[in-house]
Amino acid sequence: MTEMNMIQSLNSALDTLLEKDENVVIFGEDVGYFGGVFRVTSGLQEKHGMHRVFDAPLAEGGIAAIAFGMGLNGLRPVAEIQFADYIFPAYDQIVNEIAKLRHRSGGEFSTPVTIRTPAGGGIKGGHHHSQSPESQFTHTPGLKVVYCSNPRNAKGLLTSAIECNDPVIFFEPKRCYRGPFYGDPHNVPTWKGHEDGDVPDGYYSIPLEEARVVREGSACTVIAWGTMVHVAQKGIEESGIDAELIDLQTLLPWDRDTVVNSVKKTGRCVIVHEAPKTSGFGAEMSASIQERCFWHLESPIIRVTGWDTPFPHTTEWDYLPSPERISEAIKKTQED
Amino acid sequence: MTEGEKGSLEPYTVPTAPFRPGDESDFGGPWVEQPGDLNRPDPVSCEASDTHDHAHGLIRVLGDDDSASGAWNPELDAATLIRGLELMMRLRIYDDRMIKMQRTGKLSFYMRSLGEEAIAIAQTMALDDTDWIFPSYRQPGAQFVRGRDMVSMICHCIGNTEDNIRGRQMPVHYSWKEGYFISISSPVGTQFSQAVGVAMASAYKGDDQATITWLGDGTSAQGDYHYGLNFASVFKPPVILNVVNNQWAISTHRNLATGGENFAARGLAYNIPSLRVDGNDFLALYSVTKWARERARAGKGATHIEVYTYRAGGHSSSDDPSIYRPGNEFECWPGGDPVERLKMHLISIGAWSEEKDAELAQKIDDEVMAAYKEACTFGDLANGPFPPASTIFTEVYESVPWHVQEQREELGK
Repeated sequence: MTEMNMIQSLNSALDTLLEKDENVVIFGEDVGYFGGVFRVTSGLQEKHGMHRVFDAPLAEGGIAAIAFGMGLNGLRPVAEIQFADYIFPAYDQIVNEIAKLRHRSGGEFSTPVTIRTPAGGGIKGGHHHSQSPESQFTHTPGLKVVYCSNPRNAKGLLTSAIECNDPVIFFEPKRCYRGPFYGDPHNVPTWKGHEDGDVPDGYYSIPLEEARVVREGSACTVIAWGTMVHVAQKGIEESGIDAELIDLQTLLPWDRDTVVNSVKKTGRCVIVHEAPKTSGFGAEMSASIQERCFWHLESPIIRVTGWDTPFPHTTEWDYLPSPERISEAIKKTQED
Repeated sequence: MTEGEKGSLEPYTVPTAPFRPGDESDFGGPWVEQPGDLNRPDPVSCEASDTHDHAHGLIRVLGDDDSASGAWNPELDAATLIRGLELMMRLRIYDDRMIKMQRTGKLSFYMRSLGEEAIAIAQTMALDDTDWIFPSYRQPGAQFVRGRDMVSMICHCIGNTEDNIRGRQMPVHYSWKEGYFISISSPVGTQFSQAVGVAMASAYKGDDQATITWLGDGTSAQGDYHYGLNFASVFKPPVILNVVNNQWAISTHRNLATGGENFAARGLAYNIPSLRVDGNDFLALYSVTKWARERARAGKGATHIEVYTYRAGGHSSSDDPSIYRPGNEFECWPGGDPVERLKMHLISIGAWSEEKDAELAQKIDDEVMAAYKEACTFGDLANGPFPPASTIFTEVYESVPWHVQEQREELGK
């Protein structure tokens, strides 16, 4: 075990897989010599060579296309899209091409692409360095969608994503790169001393498609992913209610058994995400939980989300779900 | 205000095709470019700047008198030329059969290669057998070169139980891994940039495999074309990037794909050696592709080729070109008919005859008909049987996830 922040743990996963599998190649904007704008690929080019870790031209659509071709021809490409907000030039390549290759070719071809991308708000990034576009990908059959939340699961999940033979969109909550975030921008701790900042050395994987129960509880199920896992934890504390907190980790396909068993147990549910509410992944979760748990529900499922507006710059703390909003929602589920 | 002044005040230019139904098409008569015009630079030492004339001129081997000449003459033996002719005839006869069957409802849709048969066939013949083919929908002919069973191709087109892609894509979206022929996708141009990635992987692994890809003049307006050129320019993988300038993208004339006249020369701006070739000249196509392959093998990176041709048929079976272009344009095309031109060349060198040609056409027609009948024994689009409905749910992922499995059970098949 080594104490790491999320940048170091992601770097460790990439380093380990570059070592383990010569077919792993990493590329994206600024990822080579410089080591990435968030430093996730720092030192990897120097250690593993120019052909395995390299800078790409500033063309997300081209980066995704190159990943498609490399994956089809036997490599295991890991492409970085510098901010999830900039993934849309690659959307056609991801949604129409990468996601569908296996099916469209009758299984003759497939491409095990991993696309890593920092996502989410809380860094004063305004419209275009803050979005969390997971639901734009959970609506695409053929993709797996993963969202890590701490150094330990970041390493374990990224390892599994790269080794997965299906394409994976891997979201990294950039607000949590250097520490968990509990909703207070004036008090931002580091990962130092946090139990999930202890990360196994060497090869380490966590299965995809499995959620993580962060806190067991009996009165309400709170489901979150990414940064919102930590904000929800704070919200639960503030509510004083014995809620169960589930970090979904993989959104597509999500962990049915963990979620359904929890809601059946608690009878109440709050879903938290920072992306806009309408057609957000919370809508899918809410509908699915209602279909499966209707007779166990004691109160309506509540979504606490970002607003249906562009992401703001100076007012982002009023945009992002806060511990207060989450706490209020949990309390509301307790009303008869 | 005069007409001229009024025109100069128009806010922007909206190009239209030079000739519309009712007009006489005029492509300026026989080409001034002749087979001996252009030298053949050494492919290994050639720089992009050495190909300025080749990008702006037209590489030809077959002259208007059906003889082969010039520095680009690949000097192929008669047997190879006859094989090329046979493969082109096979593709044309196959296409004719499929389009007839489309009209009877046996398949939903079809796209012919009419007038462009030489492209995929000559270019694939010039490659190594294990080079990657990354086609658009107008290069199915590559499969004939690599010997794909025609029954299997038809089974795909008619979407029956033997369709190797299980009825999932429209006809002509072939996939054939055994032949290094990569699954065709409908979004135009995506393959162009992907092919650069395929080639980069070959280079990374140290495989002596080149990748060839094509897109059309219309599609060259897409970002993927420019992504492909730029990534190929930067990383220099072994890839052959073709723009098939066949003048038309459905009803969109090539003058909407570029404000200029020329497609080949765009590659020069990316510092990629670029050639413009008569796309109806089997020998010239073969030769430029061999040249590009030599560059790839020597580690010199990409070659960009404008294949100058004419789309003789409709875009697809759903298209009626008589609405937007003169009906006789193909007859006016200075490049003529690629199949006819190779045939006449073979006759002129004494290696072929009209009798042999007719005999071969009949033999192929019989083979196509037999293959068609055999394919139909596995079902067709009008009558079924189709692949089982369960194939909707498989191969979406490597294994079927729970939510997809639930939906399969909901369908109950």
